[in-house]
Amino acid sequence: MAKLTLDRVTVPLRTFELSLSLEVGSTVALVGPSGAGKSTVLNAIAGLVKPAAGRITCNDETWFDAERGVFEPPERRRIGLVFQDYALFPHLTVRKNIEYAKRNSADEYLDRFRIGHLADSVPGSLSGGERQRVALARALARDPEILLLDEPLAALDAHTKIEVRLELQQLLASLEIPTLLVTHDFEDAAALADQVGVIVEGRLRQTGTPADLVARPADPFVASFTGANLLHGERRVTGLGTTGIRLDDGTVVSTADDGEGALVLAVYPWDVTISTTRPGDSAMNVIAGSITAITELGNRARVTVGPLTAEITVDSLRRLGLEPGQQAFASFKATGTRVVASRPSEG
Amino acid sequence: MRRALGFGLFVAVAVVTLAFLALPIVGIFAHTSPGKVLDQLSNPVVKDAFIVTLKTSVVAQTTIVLFGTPTAYLLATRRFPGHSLAVTLVELPLVLPPAVAGVGLLAALGRFGLLGSTLRTFGIELPFTQAAVTVAVAYVASPLYIRQAIAVFEATDPHLTAASRTLGAGPVRTFFRVVLPLSRGGLIAGLALSFARGLGEFGATIMFAGSLAKVTQTLPLAIYQEFDVNFNATLAMSAVLVLISAVLLLTLRIGLSWRSSPSTGSPSLLGLSSSR
Repeated sequence: MAKLTLDRVTVPLRTFELSLSLEVGSTVALVGPSGAGKSTVLNAIAGLVKPAAGRITCNDETWFDAERGVFEPPERRRIGLVFQDYALFPHLTVRKNIEYAKRNSADEYLDRFRIGHLADSVPGSLSGGERQRVALARALARDPEILLLDEPLAALDAHTKIEVRLELQQLLASLEIPTLLVTHDFEDAAALADQVGVIVEGRLRQTGTPADLVARPADPFVASFTGANLLHGERRVTGLGTTGIRLDDGTVVSTADDGEGALVLAVYPWDVTISTTRPGDSAMNVIAGSITAITELGNRARVTVGPLTAEITVDSLRRLGLEPGQQAFASFKATGTRVVASRPSEG
Repeated sequence: MRRALGFGLFVAVAVVTLAFLALPIVGIFAHTSPGKVLDQLSNPVVKDAFIVTLKTSVVAQTTIVLFGTPTAYLLATRRFPGHSLAVTLVELPLVLPPAVAGVGLLAALGRFGLLGSTLRTFGIELPFTQAAVTVAVAYVASPLYIRQAIAVFEATDPHLTAASRTLGAGPVRTFFRVVLPLSRGGLIAGLALSFARGLGEFGATIMFAGSLAKVTQTLPLAIYQEFDVNFNATLAMSAVLVLISAVLLLTLRIGLSWRSSPSTGSPSLLGLSSSR
């Protein structure tokens, strides 16, 4: 797979300076609060913003090198950029939008993104989900070496979002080019990317797999920002008002939300309780296992049991005498879970 | 009671205002008729003035569009030292008394003007030629088009031009395939305003080009000349200009309500008034 490299790329912004090094070889998400400089990173890679210093290379092409005075204009960089508002040309039909790059015929992409029936419509008449598919088709029809997504789910309503997130997940998994996406939502980042970088005021605070960041956040900010544990599973049984989900490791957990087929469940670390004996309280979900990680942050600690990370106070950590390797039970209530993605099973 | 009285006052004032604005138009059409206007169109003075006006207007407006559009795009999308000075320069003819514009053109391009001797070495003598009418019209009317064009270009979504660039189109192709089609309505509106202003041009033209029948005598100049000779011709020409202005104003409204034009309301109608 191709590789994009950012080497100490520096862009002065209004109140701070963006400065970061990054390697994108698979699907990477930059996550951070709004105004952290996320979109600027994408604009710098696309050539829409000229950094003050650093180097940007893609495979063996140099797109930007401050020292050697190299700056390729956007039209000379093979990137597919999907804007937050999709930026479809309002005066052109869907087909003309996709053919704008003049590289590939639109038919293949109309087919692949299931938008053939919209070929002669103008963007103004499409729904949010349809617009995003057109924008993705247009970006990929250019044959890019890298795909850049700016807040790919922010423009969608909550209902559409769950569906589109799963669609996007499948698309990104099938692509043979690296993807860099930026989002302010850790759940989106965790659901879509293999590697997540947390960016605050123009600096990368920490990078790692989503589970890594939840289990071992480098500082309190990352801890507060990298919200939820994500559990992947399949819908199995329905109880009285709850849905049973068999996780990939075989454990069955309950959620108060409903969904179909393959599901992704979010559980927040502060909603998870850790105990050394099997609890007998109202929590319906108990996961047993040995503690794989303990990370202390001030007066809080993150404790990981199996696929779950809990956030507890350091006081509790000491009181229970928790150590890595020790057997423990992580429990959470069915009401403390949320279905963040679901896909009807095929057949 | 009191509120009703206050509202009634507003209505009364509005009625007086509208009546005042409508009265001159009504006056022109009250003193003439379609038949009389058609009769007068075969009057050589009227016919010649009409042809001169049409010819000079078309040449002047074409020049304004060809030079004004790229200039406006640059001023709308780039910030450089002297930017506001450049914008002021573009707008200056709008507030300059037309007679002063005429003097300026003479002092610059006239026989003894700044560039007069240079032009003469090329065998060009501008003043009191039909080309001079075109120059005067272009000078006085250009701000109306360029100002509108700047506003329309500034309102173009920067994400759309950025998207075009990332899809492999250079700045020029982006301009012709994205910016221009999206700005079409607003640009037509600007052109309509500029055209209307050019048709009524009087002061700068009479100073710089004179009022020679068949050469430099445009409709407004002919109206002034025929005023105490043939009042019927004056009325006919006035009626024609009123009709053309109305059509242009309609074009402007249609242009501005175009789907892709910015919805920032109608542009200033400053300069639409007679140049006298």
